[in-house]
Amino acid sequence: MNVTLSDAIKLTMQLFALLNVAAFGAISLVWLERRFLGRLQGRPGPNRVGPLGLLQPIADAIKLMSKEDVAPGTSQRLLFYAAPILVFVPSFVVWLTFPLARDVVVRNLDMGLFFFVAISVLSIVGLVLAGWSSNSKYAILGGFRAAAQLVSYEIPIITMILVIGMLSDSLDFVKVVDAQATVPFIAVVPLAFVIFLIAGLAEVGRTPFDIYFAESEVVGGPFVEYSGAHWAIFFLAEYVNTFVVGILGALLFLGGWRWPFGADLPQIASVALLMGKAYFIVLIIFWIRATYPRMRIDQLMAMAWKWLIPLSFVLFLVAAFQLKFEWPWWVLTILSLGVLVVPVVVQSRKQRNPALALAVRYSANAVIVHAKPRPAAVIVDDVVATSAVEGTSA
Amino acid sequence: MTNEPQFDHVDMMLNMGPQHPATHGVFRMVLTVDGERVVDVTPHIGYLHRGTERLAEVETYGQVITLFDRVDYISNLNNELAFVRAGEKIMEVEAPERAQYIRVILAELNRVASHLLFIGTYAIDLGGMTPVMYCFRERERIENLFEHVTGARMMHNYMRIGGVKSDVPDDFVPWVRRLIGEVRMGVEESDKLLSTNEVFLARTQGVGVIDGPTAVSCGLSGPSLRGSGVAYDVRKDDPYEIYPYLNYKIPLGENGDCWDRYYLRVLECYESLNMIEQCLDQFPAGPIMAAGRRIARPPAGEVFAHSENPRGDLGVYLVSDGSDKPYRVKIRPPSFCNLVGLATMTRGAYIADAVAILGSLDIVLGEVDR
Repeated sequence: MNVTLSDAIKLTMQLFALLNVAAFGAISLVWLERRFLGRLQGRPGPNRVGPLGLLQPIADAIKLMSKEDVAPGTSQRLLFYAAPILVFVPSFVVWLTFPLARDVVVRNLDMGLFFFVAISVLSIVGLVLAGWSSNSKYAILGGFRAAAQLVSYEIPIITMILVIGMLSDSLDFVKVVDAQATVPFIAVVPLAFVIFLIAGLAEVGRTPFDIYFAESEVVGGPFVEYSGAHWAIFFLAEYVNTFVVGILGALLFLGGWRWPFGADLPQIASVALLMGKAYFIVLIIFWIRATYPRMRIDQLMAMAWKWLIPLSFVLFLVAAFQLKFEWPWWVLTILSLGVLVVPVVVQSRKQRNPALALAVRYSANAVIVHAKPRPAAVIVDDVVATSAVEGTSA
Repeated sequence: MTNEPQFDHVDMMLNMGPQHPATHGVFRMVLTVDGERVVDVTPHIGYLHRGTERLAEVETYGQVITLFDRVDYISNLNNELAFVRAGEKIMEVEAPERAQYIRVILAELNRVASHLLFIGTYAIDLGGMTPVMYCFRERERIENLFEHVTGARMMHNYMRIGGVKSDVPDDFVPWVRRLIGEVRMGVEESDKLLSTNEVFLARTQGVGVIDGPTAVSCGLSGPSLRGSGVAYDVRKDDPYEIYPYLNYKIPLGENGDCWDRYYLRVLECYESLNMIEQCLDQFPAGPIMAAGRRIARPPAGEVFAHSENPRGDLGVYLVSDGSDKPYRVKIRPPSFCNLVGLATMTRGAYIADAVAILGSLDIVLGEVDR
């Protein structure tokens, strides 16, 4: 393959543009998250730096860059400084294959979905390294938690991507989107979208799965010893990853830039449509963050291994049968809706109803203290020195 | 034992605190952890020791009230109430009825404010970040009222031995009535968001269980004790002020887990608001200070007075040698005593549970260390 200079320049420019898209996406998410959470929590959110606080993330970035970069004296310097890069690079590289519209893509690979899966798992290494090289107990706990959590939740997310690959008969993002011109895959396999969203939340460590950097337990986990620019890279990677979940959800389940219009829109409109869907998923993620507390590590693992992974395998098999016997697509919809409804009902019966009953019982079973009649008003002007013993009752 | 493989292993010591987001101040607990399991926990206290009890010996009775504001800095008025009751007992005065009503209204409001802070920070401990905003909003409303009445938002120095510093403003009763409605809605909001949230239930139910007898033997009091089903409340068992003239319920838990301790505080918020409403209905006119309040030298002797603080049974043991300063002031701080149950509850739990259990005890380090 002949690489000419103009090709190289073109590629460099594309990569630069991509980096900017990713960074802009991440920074916009920081602003969006703070404003949106603020609205949900009955407060304005940042509104002082720039109009609507739009420059707040920039101010934050400048602050982080100008901070002193401290590394613990006992840390493994090389690995300590390599870890943020190992986390950030995969989350950036996956963008190479994301088409933002039909031809707005750096390299559209036939194996785009596979490429995403292969690259995105690499960030685990960075997190474990960050935990280990910091030489801090909180960091190592967080690193181990990250390893357990991310490896477990890779499985359902990969299986869901496989299901989408099977349904659209391709691992190419563009063809996946084309397959959704009339019916988006969220309508075909709602269960897959839910599993994808849950596993995606866990992959990027958003609430209720922010266990590996849980602020109130391991105080930031692998990131606890980082400061300044290195911490900023982790931070950026987290938001880029959140945006990746949004984009991926939009491409794989919400019909990318095609649904609901069917035909291709003009390029700008296509990008806007895709971004709108991505931001919609991201807002759902923020909404969940505002609503739920954090799960515990054993509950998290149980959720992956007892629920998501078996369900995703079942879904995979059902999708295979559907393709083999050419059942109509709504068979999958009905099945996966059924599978969605059953655990919701079971869960609400198992936990919420007894808790509500308990709450009612607690207020009903309370010890009731009845008021004694109050004596007629006494003018207590000159009352001094009633004895302490008999003084309690007037 | 013979069939089990023998490996050398060393449990990790995990030092939580004194600077840790989950310890609510400068508290340090050394966890011995085996993976994610807590094998043992050793609390270390004293980082906020300010010598309150010693300071109280060199201040006059009136000045000691300011120290009690700072013992448990979340529920200042309840602390003042405990001390002025001890002072009234030793000086053998009784506050006029109106003063008692004012005190009870303010103390119950402070209980609500304190429980609101607990609900919010407990959600933060468990990773939920929204309830704290709702709770602080309501707490601000209560503190605005305190500022209006006492002149300060936290360090009030409002109660006096024999009454209160000044009468309430004219708009006190309508203001409190309006406040009750607002705060009740705010508590309901957090209650609906958090109390039966599936993740919250999974994190708190069956966690940090302590049964009634153990809780009693650990010296627990307040909602932490009542969560285990023990009906002990100073307001009921040793009534003081005007509590006998109020109808109220003391909610009891059954399981003694973190959720029970949490939920009792939510219920107590509603109960306190009901009690305040009754107080306002009965609110009498009259003086706010007992005559003869200039008595600065109580007779020599000793008294013990206690009251129900948001965290439990706050006792004050006061010894007088006949001078204008207390000879000895011993505080029985509920936070400190509740902390005794921490190790019992935490052993065998997860690290995340240790945070949940510590949070459910609702300690205030100012009171633990004094």
